[in-house]
Amino acid sequence: MLNIVVCVKAVPDPQDACKIKIDPASGNLTRGNAALVINPLDKHAMEAALRIKKQAGAHITVLSMGPPGAGNIVKECLALGADRGILLSDRAFGGADAFATARTLAEGIKKIGPCDLVLCGMASSDGATEWVGPEMAVFLKMPVVTMVSEIVEQKGAWWTVKADIEDGYRLMAVKLPAVFTVTRDLNSPRNLSFSGIIKARKKEITQWALADLGLPETAVGLEGSPTIVSSMTTTESRREVEMISGTREEMAEQLVEKLTSAGVI
Amino acid sequence: MENINDPVWVVAEQTGGDLRTISLQLVGKARQLADQLGTPLEVVLLGKNSNLNSDLLIASGADTVFTGDFAELAFYQPDLYTEMIVSLAKNRKPGIILMGSTDIGRELAPLVAARLQTGLTAHCIDLVIAGNKILEQKIPAYGGLITITCPQKRPQMATVAKGVFQKPELDRNRTGTTISLDLPDDLPERIRTIEIIREEPEGIPLESASIVVAGGVGACDAEGWHKISALAKTLKAALGATRPAVDAGWTELESMIGQSGKMVSPDLYIGAGLSGEQQHMVGITNAKIMVAVNNDAGSPVFEQVDYGVVDDCREFIPVLIDKIKQYQKGA
Repeated sequence: MLNIVVCVKAVPDPQDACKIKIDPASGNLTRGNAALVINPLDKHAMEAALRIKKQAGAHITVLSMGPPGAGNIVKECLALGADRGILLSDRAFGGADAFATARTLAEGIKKIGPCDLVLCGMASSDGATEWVGPEMAVFLKMPVVTMVSEIVEQKGAWWTVKADIEDGYRLMAVKLPAVFTVTRDLNSPRNLSFSGIIKARKKEITQWALADLGLPETAVGLEGSPTIVSSMTTTESRREVEMISGTREEMAEQLVEKLTSAGVI
Repeated sequence: MENINDPVWVVAEQTGGDLRTISLQLVGKARQLADQLGTPLEVVLLGKNSNLNSDLLIASGADTVFTGDFAELAFYQPDLYTEMIVSLAKNRKPGIILMGSTDIGRELAPLVAARLQTGLTAHCIDLVIAGNKILEQKIPAYGGLITITCPQKRPQMATVAKGVFQKPELDRNRTGTTISLDLPDDLPERIRTIEIIREEPEGIPLESASIVVAGGVGACDAEGWHKISALAKTLKAALGATRPAVDAGWTELESMIGQSGKMVSPDLYIGAGLSGEQQHMVGITNAKIMVAVNNDAGSPVFEQVDYGVVDDCREFIPVLIDKIKQYQKGA
């Protein structure tokens, strides 16, 4: 039986993402009151784990680092069929860049115990780097394949996977234990079922703080982050907007007129 | 304290034996940075026949080119590439390492950064040497431009978005040194690229389209997305998307416009159901005329376009398509 760890991130609902602003004082993001949801690509990682579990048998641990409120998305994964949920939560973890995040998550994975496969989305919808998966792999001394779009073959410890690349794909042979970051092409995530939600009620989420991981405070959060946000400027638009008004028909007509007279259609 | 005279590095890439455009753009920018810092520019290029591209890199501005011209490197091999770059970096101690935001760069850069225990900024759209000689790495986000720095650790590493810097003029009289690297020995066998398959992209390529129609989560569902894609078809436009629309599964990653996607400069851009997030808008700022359709009159997108329509894009677009078709018949 495989031991799988799925790393998930609580992100502000992408529908509300434009409301998130920079806090000029700290240089960090103020997430406002946007609801926290599971990072869309991480759902595909979770689905992949569930399918492997069904085919080959697996024990799935869901791991997230975030504020206590991120426990909800761990709970959601338990309701989807994960066996264990762990939330890494500590004030000291705050302000972590991708490097510190990857190091903290990797330490969590080591503490979980033997692990054959680590799955996560290829990017988070809010952070806009794609570094956490591969950097975790370095800390775990595992190989990584990023942008996995298909698991082609599983032959013992050697798996063959397809990974996205511009205008094509690469076919990779990789030996477990390994880290895969996944794309949405990998699968279609299932929806929560009522019975799953009921079952998850009985499952406990384990919460680990800095002391549980045994990392020094200097290795995590803002202090453990090599990169800093040193400043932020607002960009001035060069454009002066002309709002088009009227009924739907009128607006469409006016717009076509403007674009034809500008010679662009 | 690190020596600030350490070289500037570009890790270049080739596909099918040809240097990638982004790599030449990076060499051009890195030459400026190196001149400002008074340091040499070194380029690392791994891959079969990489020796053949050395002259072009030197003519573009490299002082030294490190090549890894081996049959074993016919395809990008994660462990071999990482090991060769990391051990060379430990030896040369570059102050800055730049890589392209290509799919391979995006896997390789974090592997190298984590091994070197340093920071890595994603998909920069500008790079500036500050007064204290620190590299300021600019990324668009949240209604503005964020400057990221890596003050304590070296090298300072960044991936750079495609198309933000110009390819340098070639100077065939420039001279430089080419050094062939050795393959590392005795790496544990745990990962291997079997092959890389390139496919012909479908539809009108975004980069060369004169009209781009892009959609965001305001499309609401696949049906809404279909309307946006119908508008693109009517206008013979390329179809673009924001990251949330790609994440929603309505379209392919290849259609993503912006910082981590493509930079485009069409004559006309129509953005439907998107809120004007910087990560997307930065990829389209050079469009000649920009139009936005969004049902929220207060959406930040209206501060960044020439024409605004406040309406539900799912309702407005079918009407707009009719009007365009009428015009096309008449014209």
